[in-house]
Amino acid sequence: MRHGGIDEERFLAAYRTELDHMAALTGPRKVASVFFGGGTPSLMAPATVAAILDQIATNWRLAGDAEITLEANPTSVEAANFAQLRQVGVNRVSLGVQALDDAALKALGRQHSAAEAKAALGVARDHFERVSIDLIYARPYQNVRRWQRELEAALELGVDHLSLYQLTIEPNTPFAALNAAGKLLVPDSESAAELFEATQAITEQAGLAAYEISNHARPGEECRHNLLYWRSGDYAGVGPGAHARLTIEGVRTHLATLRPPEAWRDQVEAEGHGLEDQHALASSEHVSEFLLMGLRLAEGIDLQRLAAIGGEIDAEGLAMMRAQGMVEIDEGWLRVSDQGRLVLNAVIAELVA
Amino acid sequence: MAEPKTVPLALIRNFSIIAHIDHGKSTLADRLIQTCGGLSAREMREQVLDSMELERERGITIKAQTVRLDYTAKDGQTYRLNLIDTPGHVDFAYEVNRSLAACEGSLLVVDASQGVEAQTLANVYQALDNDHEVIPVLNKVDLPAAEPERIQQQIEDVIGLDASGALPISAKTGEGVADVLEAIVTRLPAPKGDEAAPLKALLVDSWYDAYLGVIVLVRIIDGHLKKGQKVKLMASGTSHLIERVGVFRPKQEMTGHLGPGEIGFFTAAIKQVADTRVGDTVTDDKAPCAAPLPGFKEAQPVVFCGLFPVDAAEFEDLREAMARLRLNDASFSFEMETSAALGFGFRCGFLGLLHLEIIRERLEREFDIDLITTAPSVIYKIHMTDGAEIELHNPADMPDPVKIERIEEPWIEATILVPDEHLGAVLKLCEDRRGRQQTLTYAGTRAMVVYELPLNEVVFDFYDRLKSVSRGYASFDYHIVGYEPGPLVKMSLLVNAEPVDALSIIVHRDRAEARGRAMCERLKDLIPRHLFKIPIQAALGGKVIARETIAALRKDVTAKCYGGDVTRKRKLLDKQKAGKKRMRQFGQVEIPQAAFIAALKIEEN
Repeated sequence: MRHGGIDEERFLAAYRTELDHMAALTGPRKVASVFFGGGTPSLMAPATVAAILDQIATNWRLAGDAEITLEANPTSVEAANFAQLRQVGVNRVSLGVQALDDAALKALGRQHSAAEAKAALGVARDHFERVSIDLIYARPYQNVRRWQRELEAALELGVDHLSLYQLTIEPNTPFAALNAAGKLLVPDSESAAELFEATQAITEQAGLAAYEISNHARPGEECRHNLLYWRSGDYAGVGPGAHARLTIEGVRTHLATLRPPEAWRDQVEAEGHGLEDQHALASSEHVSEFLLMGLRLAEGIDLQRLAAIGGEIDAEGLAMMRAQGMVEIDEGWLRVSDQGRLVLNAVIAELVA
Repeated sequence: MAEPKTVPLALIRNFSIIAHIDHGKSTLADRLIQTCGGLSAREMREQVLDSMELERERGITIKAQTVRLDYTAKDGQTYRLNLIDTPGHVDFAYEVNRSLAACEGSLLVVDASQGVEAQTLANVYQALDNDHEVIPVLNKVDLPAAEPERIQQQIEDVIGLDASGALPISAKTGEGVADVLEAIVTRLPAPKGDEAAPLKALLVDSWYDAYLGVIVLVRIIDGHLKKGQKVKLMASGTSHLIERVGVFRPKQEMTGHLGPGEIGFFTAAIKQVADTRVGDTVTDDKAPCAAPLPGFKEAQPVVFCGLFPVDAAEFEDLREAMARLRLNDASFSFEMETSAALGFGFRCGFLGLLHLEIIRERLEREFDIDLITTAPSVIYKIHMTDGAEIELHNPADMPDPVKIERIEEPWIEATILVPDEHLGAVLKLCEDRRGRQQTLTYAGTRAMVVYELPLNEVVFDFYDRLKSVSRGYASFDYHIVGYEPGPLVKMSLLVNAEPVDALSIIVHRDRAEARGRAMCERLKDLIPRHLFKIPIQAALGGKVIARETIAALRKDVTAKCYGGDVTRKRKLLDKQKAGKKRMRQFGQVEIPQAAFIAALKIEEN
């Protein structure tokens, strides 16, 4: 969204239009969660957030205990909006803290300092019942001992939800070039594995065990919205570059909107929606996604549900993975073991029929 | 154009060109054809006689080709020249011999800067054995590096041939080509033959043509071959009615007739090349000649390997493709083979490694079949304690060692020509491969070394290594000299404790450990990490002689995966699954297709 003035009003109108389009596709539903994410939604005028929530409540039934999360950078500018955002209905904030080390924050290209992040977190906790922070680890030069100290410091901040991501060098980025040139001393796969294992142990001891590969929470504090993705629930996506999975007339459907904001807005104004793609998922695609997402969760996947969507697991691969202790089956649920979680991509490749 | 029925023998010259690869044989042939007006300028392209795509690409000639040229000499007479082009690689030596047997003379083409090479040497000796008159030709004299005098001397020193009449030419610019044509007429003998005698013709070669069926290339010795005639192939004992008779100029031209001394082709509704035996005598069915020609020894496959489809569903396609290739190449053999690890495939026999590579490439390229090639092997003679003798083509079939009295392996005599600065490296290579030096002689700064070597040490990568240690300057030729007993053992490769028969090899006991170690090291790099650690072992019987371990995959998990990522991640998963399809499963281990051959490449310094 472009912020401020007439432009923001035009965008808001486009959001409302697209929300109407989505409602027409889904029919009456109960909305259990809303997530304002991607870019810097925290810079939206609180009135815009309020208007979008109103539109959702008009188009569907908004659950009384709906989880309404907003992503924010931990800066004083954004924190200044928190009080109003709470007033219009946001009840959970996810702060992109990323590191508690100033040099690392600079290297990651962040504009905030560790102190500013802590201050913003304080503001957030004053206003919201639920606050989550993100940290990135397995950074250049980071060893287990340093990460332990940083993670323990983060846990002392007293949050109930932590997203802990290992740094991923995406191809075709300046980082990838530096890495290829050997100039970006990121931990090798052995060290990255040790960092991951240390992370599991520390968070578990602190009562924030992993409920997903990179997400940790006190029991009951899991992000309900993200759980919906991993459990292959239905979600609508509204705004530029949004993806959705919706069951339309009994068929699991993929929807995606245009990514450039102005192009999206123009198309919404012209056609009533910004979709650039809408197609039914093949059954095998739905099954692959069900496994791909579900096995990220500590709870695993419900094999009855898998059967209900017409899916099956490669029998040979499953036997092999069980024998190797990568997965276990318990009361109809298939879940990945601690050992398997570290090599989840390879495990899933064995299980997909 | 009206073709005179017969040409006096005195006006015919049959010749072939002997040359090392790149010394300009095809260019000279092109130039001769052009000069005699065989093709218009528009029809000329480089290497007109090399019709297969692979031949052009690799700059080699695989099948013999012929062309008839009309040349009006300085004496005012028009001569009929028949050129038989010959293959230039050691694997196809038998084809050289049959081409030479069909002519009376040869042009020996030597690059005036490179000098005589081993292959040339072997072919010149074959020509002399066939009583050929040989005309030395020094090619590429237009190049600054050319030293025609030195090379002329070298021809005398190395080959022992009088080179005083050597012709300096440049096939590229055309300089001296007229002298070559004149020399063919004045210096090469005319063929001999009896026009009135019963038909007697040498079956020089045959190949399959999609339109005409099998085309048989013949050299007429005595009598006449005519359209409509019923002929007999004496060794095969089959009779055929001649449908077409013609010559290549180099385009096919039907003449309906061939007389004594001439070279041309016929077709006779013959279905496959295997029905025609090279070296056979073609005669009249009703009035046969008294005695057949001596004929040739049949080309025997000396190198064997297994070819398996990567995708088991392509087995029938592979069988069909092989049958198609065999239509045109009777020297390539195949029979069905089953491997515990690779499933159904074929055990194939080849004349040599180049032949193997060419067939494999044609299968992959022309028939679009992905193949797994197993370790090449030679034929071992196994003498059993009960007196039985077994010919072993496949290490996987090796009998129980306690029942073996002795194993014999084929040995070759290899002739290598190399500039003396690379001699040391070449000698070391030969010694490393269990070679026994026979002779070492010098001609100027070039050494000629003759070694006896076990074929199984040469079969895989000797030629590549030779080229590499001599920076491309060494040339090599060989022939099999016989079988000798040796301390040979079967070495098995075990991947994750399971023997992979496609990787087992037969090796000299003293070399087993080094080979085993090298193969384990290579496989460690070639097999991707799995979820578990994979031991790789080389073993003789139950005894492990080398071992490596592929560490287990330590970390492979996507950090972030939310609603917007799922499509991309699913596509990545699909790609991963497709990649797995190109591997072969051995127990729980997936081995990439390319690993089978790559594992055998020996790294030597």
